[in-house]
Amino acid sequence: MSSIASVQEEIIDEFSILDGDFEMTINYLMELGEQMPEMPEALKTEENIVKGCQSKVWLSANLENDKVQFEGDSNTAITKGLVSLLIRVYSNQSADAIAKEEITFPEKIGMNRFIGTQRSNGFAAMIKQIKLYAVALGLQQTANNK
Amino acid sequence: MDAIASNTLNIEKIREQFPVLHQQVNGKQLIYFDNAATSQKPKVVIDALSAYYEQINSNIHRGVHTLAERATNAFEETRKKASEFIKAREVAEVIFTKGTTESINLVASTYGRKFIKEGDEILISHMEHHSNIVPWQMLCEEKGAILRVIPVNEKGEIEYSEYKKMLSDKTAFVSVVYVSNTLGTINPVKEIIEDAHQYGAKVLIDCAQAAPHIDLDVQQLDCDFLALSAHKAYGPTGTGILYGKRELLEIMPPYQGGGEMIKDVSFSGTTYNEIPYKFEAGTPNIGEVVAFKAALDFIDSIGKDNIAAHEDHLLAYAMKKLQEIEGFTPIGTADNKVSVISFNMEGIHPYDLGMMLDAKGIAVRTGHHCTQPLMDRYEIEGTARASFAVYNTIEEVDQFVDALQSIVKVLRK
Repeated sequence: MSSIASVQEEIIDEFSILDGDFEMTINYLMELGEQMPEMPEALKTEENIVKGCQSKVWLSANLENDKVQFEGDSNTAITKGLVSLLIRVYSNQSADAIAKEEITFPEKIGMNRFIGTQRSNGFAAMIKQIKLYAVALGLQQTANNK
Repeated sequence: MDAIASNTLNIEKIREQFPVLHQQVNGKQLIYFDNAATSQKPKVVIDALSAYYEQINSNIHRGVHTLAERATNAFEETRKKASEFIKAREVAEVIFTKGTTESINLVASTYGRKFIKEGDEILISHMEHHSNIVPWQMLCEEKGAILRVIPVNEKGEIEYSEYKKMLSDKTAFVSVVYVSNTLGTINPVKEIIEDAHQYGAKVLIDCAQAAPHIDLDVQQLDCDFLALSAHKAYGPTGTGILYGKRELLEIMPPYQGGGEMIKDVSFSGTTYNEIPYKFEAGTPNIGEVVAFKAALDFIDSIGKDNIAAHEDHLLAYAMKKLQEIEGFTPIGTADNKVSVISFNMEGIHPYDLGMMLDAKGIAVRTGHHCTQPLMDRYEIEGTARASFAVYNTIEEVDQFVDALQSIVKVLRK
């Protein structure tokens, strides 16, 4: 199994081919979004919404074989690409690792503008939501194992 | 294009005066179509700002030394210029604020708090910016007054017959936008004011968007208050004006307490300064106010009629070209409008559109444009908005349309 850090390294490698070209980065992000497995409509509930200023994201999480699996979608093509990257990094990891490990890839692939103070796509809110899911599922796991 | 009147301005010469336009963004020549959010600044404004700090920076109004005198004079020169710009009866009717938002808040908090009573009605339109909604909501909540909303039709125009029906002896205040930042609609404010005055209501006109495009004449309009921001009219950020009729400004309590706004202070009580100083507590944004005069001079040097003619030419040309793109849906098609084009592209989220245009060096705004109730009116989440200024060109419009066409191809494949 790949670790959170190694998946981020993979992503950085992939994007490095684009050489920081903003237009190509966006196009690639949208392609990644398109390739992401469809999120079942039943999961696109009000409580699964992570709201950015301009775009809407749905995220849901569940435990499978002690690993957290994420599903997600967005109403904008570019944000959907970002969601797919976060899911790729954090899915199939332990709740503990997800809660602890930070996202480092955006700044290394010239995607700084997607994080930090840029509120429009709610990237920071997505990461927070992913970690909250992980903490909650982690607690549930501990309770189940007792 | 032949059908559209050509204009006499030398746009290339005008562009030379705007340093920020001459740069590459994301590897492409910048095309700046976000002028409704803020306009770029000509060299004369930037120079005036640095000249202020390099040569005369000093606190105004109370100093006896030479620099204080120069800074005070420069500051008051802008007030004089601004009063001419809106054709006020007298210079003292112009108050400097941080901008339109603060101007509206000032009126709501002073005139509003003193004169609006329980059961009074305040009228705004459905196309108002949040800054002309929220201060009135806050006031109504505090006073038990009622906020009523004048409806807007599908084209983005005020439903005038509805407005007339809403007016009554209960109407205490009407606050409407001259030009909608989202739709570009030019509202018939002269008639709105006239009809409101029949019922003794006071009227504020939000001119944030109108200032760079339309001649303003407070005496001809007979508005009671007018608010505008410098930064949308080629001036610096963080400053703007509130105009008020003298007789109203005089009976209004001060907005904030502090230095400058007082005549005498003692612990048993304080007397307040004359207008306009009564409303200008604290050290203002002196440098920016001083440079604002250069912006107003710049507008005058080109002439608002010439600016409007050029922008209308761009608007008509862009609309004609954009209609040719499949799925182009303009929001706001008023008969009388300025060079603001809000639109959606069928099946494409405005956020994606804005980002992809940015990747091509084209700056537009996307989202709800601080007019969420208006978005609800059209049942949309947001729009993309392109807005033109005097330095924009037909070639830029062509590149914008080409860019949209290629984006549509990628996103609809």
